[in-house]
Amino acid sequence: MQTSSDNILSAVRIEKGFPGTKALDKVDFHLRRGEVHALLGENGAGKSTLIKCLTGAYRRDGGSILLDGAEVDPRDTFDAQRLGIGTVYQEVNLLPNLTVAENLFLGRQPRRFGMVDTRTMNRKARELLAEYELDLDVTRDLASFSVAIQQVVAIARAVDLSGKVLILDEPTASLDAHEVAMLFRIVRRLKARGLGIIFITHFLEQVYEISDRITVLRNGQLVGTRDTSDLSRRDLIAMMIGRELAAEIHSARTEVAEGRLRYRFRNYGRRGRINPFDLDVRAGEVVGIAGLLGSGRTETADVLFGAHRADSGTAEIDGQTVDLSSPRAAIRQKFGFCPEDRKTDGIVGDLSVRENIVLALQARRGWTRPISRAEQNRLADQYIRALDIRTPDREKPIKLLSGGNQQKAILARWLATEPEFLILDEPTRGIDVGAHAEIVRLIESLREKGLSLIVISSEIEELVAYSTRVVVLRDRTHVAELGGDRITAHQIVEAIAAANEREAS
Amino acid sequence: MTSTVRTYLGRLLPQLIALTIIIAAISIIFPGFLNLQIQNGRLYGSLVDILNRGAPVVLLAIGMTVVIATKGIDLSVGAVMAICGAVSASLITSGHSLAETLLITLAVGILCGIWNGILVAVLDIQPIIATLVLMVAGRGIAQLITEGAILTFNDPGLIFIGSGSFAGLPMPVVIWLVFGVLVALVVRQTALGMLVEAVGVNREASTLSGVFTPVLLIAAYVLSGLCAAIAGVIAAADIKGADANNAGLWLELDAILAVVVGGTSLLGGRFSIAASVLGAIIIQAINTGILLSGFPPEFNLIIKAAIIVFILVLQSPRFRAAFAFVSIPRVAGKPTEREAK
Repeated sequence: MQTSSDNILSAVRIEKGFPGTKALDKVDFHLRRGEVHALLGENGAGKSTLIKCLTGAYRRDGGSILLDGAEVDPRDTFDAQRLGIGTVYQEVNLLPNLTVAENLFLGRQPRRFGMVDTRTMNRKARELLAEYELDLDVTRDLASFSVAIQQVVAIARAVDLSGKVLILDEPTASLDAHEVAMLFRIVRRLKARGLGIIFITHFLEQVYEISDRITVLRNGQLVGTRDTSDLSRRDLIAMMIGRELAAEIHSARTEVAEGRLRYRFRNYGRRGRINPFDLDVRAGEVVGIAGLLGSGRTETADVLFGAHRADSGTAEIDGQTVDLSSPRAAIRQKFGFCPEDRKTDGIVGDLSVRENIVLALQARRGWTRPISRAEQNRLADQYIRALDIRTPDREKPIKLLSGGNQQKAILARWLATEPEFLILDEPTRGIDVGAHAEIVRLIESLREKGLSLIVISSEIEELVAYSTRVVVLRDRTHVAELGGDRITAHQIVEAIAAANEREAS
Repeated sequence: MTSTVRTYLGRLLPQLIALTIIIAAISIIFPGFLNLQIQNGRLYGSLVDILNRGAPVVLLAIGMTVVIATKGIDLSVGAVMAICGAVSASLITSGHSLAETLLITLAVGILCGIWNGILVAVLDIQPIIATLVLMVAGRGIAQLITEGAILTFNDPGLIFIGSGSFAGLPMPVVIWLVFGVLVALVVRQTALGMLVEAVGVNREASTLSGVFTPVLLIAAYVLSGLCAAIAGVIAAADIKGADANNAGLWLELDAILAVVVGGTSLLGGRFSIAASVLGAIIIQAINTGILLSGFPPEFNLIIKAAIIVFILVLQSPRFRAAFAFVSIPRVAGKPTEREAK
């Protein structure tokens, strides 16, 4: 039995808030000496916020960090490095135009008579890399090596600098199987040396292959820490996306009257993004899209809206073949789309709430037919009231609003165009509980009005609450469709897990 | 309505204050500075001179404002001025009519704009690099057209554009006034202004909202090219010849400065054409003032830089935040609807 003194790093009740959201809510995290600890969660769960608090990139609002039993307070990443916490990111943050040796010893080059002693530096670099079974020409530019080698160089530098805790943030995302195996050999060796390693990834097989324990975060809260060997894949997925698997949540929705079939997508897809799929959507229907991160959820939305042009298949509305090759074309067919990344793809930050609300309508009317200021004011006020957008006035720049209110304003942007087909990608991510409930209610009321909606969410219970049908994705393919009584959190998790188990075998 | 006027004036207030201070300062040193007189039905005086001399930069600033609002920049305008000056001079000397000359020259300016626009909007090249191409190549093209010499002409019609007068005002002033009002009206009375600002703030979000961004971007560079063409004709007509080496030289920098002094952010988004025009006039007033003051010419650029730094400091958000208590009450006293409830 290991005691708490085996913890090399302990984070206790870490709190971090951003305007409008609580990114971390009293999260505990303990890392033992000589273990690989996987940190998991969907986008926005708080993984990267936690890492940034540990490495001093963010100032935490509350809680304490203990390293080797002593309380530490890294002011920035350099400070964290000095204390013993090194980080390697998915995109190698070294200097590609310097040599491997220079990268390894940047900022601490061996000197002789005040000059950089290149010969000693190269020798030391070779020695250092030999520990990683890497024999390469350290005088060549880093950029001339593969990403995998660059990763190892980054790890070597981080371990050499810090040597207590190594954080690997999605290190395998751009590596092939062979390179992953090499990386894992190195990770095991470092583990044997007694380092504590935090491993962040989306690949569940890799989690099972390399990690000793797993900590899952969701919505900024700790779901739990388990030994990997005791946690089934199904339970892990349930921890990541559904609150309680046991509680069979049936939606309170009454049986939906079958609307007429309006939208037919056949063999619709785009190479490299989403494999061809068939999809039918009726009027007055909410089709939920479930799947793990990277399963093709957002790619499905992009291709439906023409943000990425489909390169196979056909789209029909009411039996007529239509062109959805661009957002403008889709908007002409009365489509609307609230993208996943609100900040980069949704809001136009410096413009007012009013302008953000009328933007799509104005774009559809064309520049020669401006919406009069009086009409703009009327529209803005109408939606500010209807959706309860909390803003002191309609002229406030939208970037100053909280996440939930920004989301409502973007919904208002599309509602103002009177859409018939609305795609919502993670409409409730990163917004507070109150706004969350309002958006769920809004989805219900839009469905009742006869709209067709596609809603993507990593919150299984949410999908259960409003979907009339749920499409399950895996590996950029639509693998299952659940309807009627089969829409339960349990069934959805089963479908995702089944897909994953098949993949693992 | 009054509140609209008040916000509008509030937007222009820093520029108006700066201009007033500069003109007041010069007129203290030169009491005759503010004098205006009418001779042969034409207004003369240093103030008119500022408006007249400033014409090319004012015109360039109008186009540059819209380009910068899209988060772009157009470095080629000085070179386009040279090209268009050369084109008009060579056309008029080879016997084309004034109307033909002007139409073709403006078309050349528009063509330059389309070129820049395609590089930026379709090929997705960074604006500073995309327009650098024409900035460098353009002067060469102009030199090819004039065959290296200064191409002089004596067509009275073309010369009139540079030195004639209309309604008591010099022609260049009339041209930029009319053109500026026209552009401002088109931009603000249609939805163009808002769409341009939306694209400038967030191109991706605007595209996803159905804004036809490529066309909008190309249109911005076309406007800039057109402005440069008009400025080029005025500059050529002023000296009765096309000087491919010096026409419009470094004026792109003055135009960018005018936009910045006018308070439009280089990061794109909110813009005001009127403020940029004021910015251009401020720069010209500084130039004229320094010239009149008789400082040794080597001081001119340094003094100009110092004054501009001062104006920019006045505009900086940090300075404004620090002196918020003395700032202009923009819409103060008029509670918004929600507050009133």
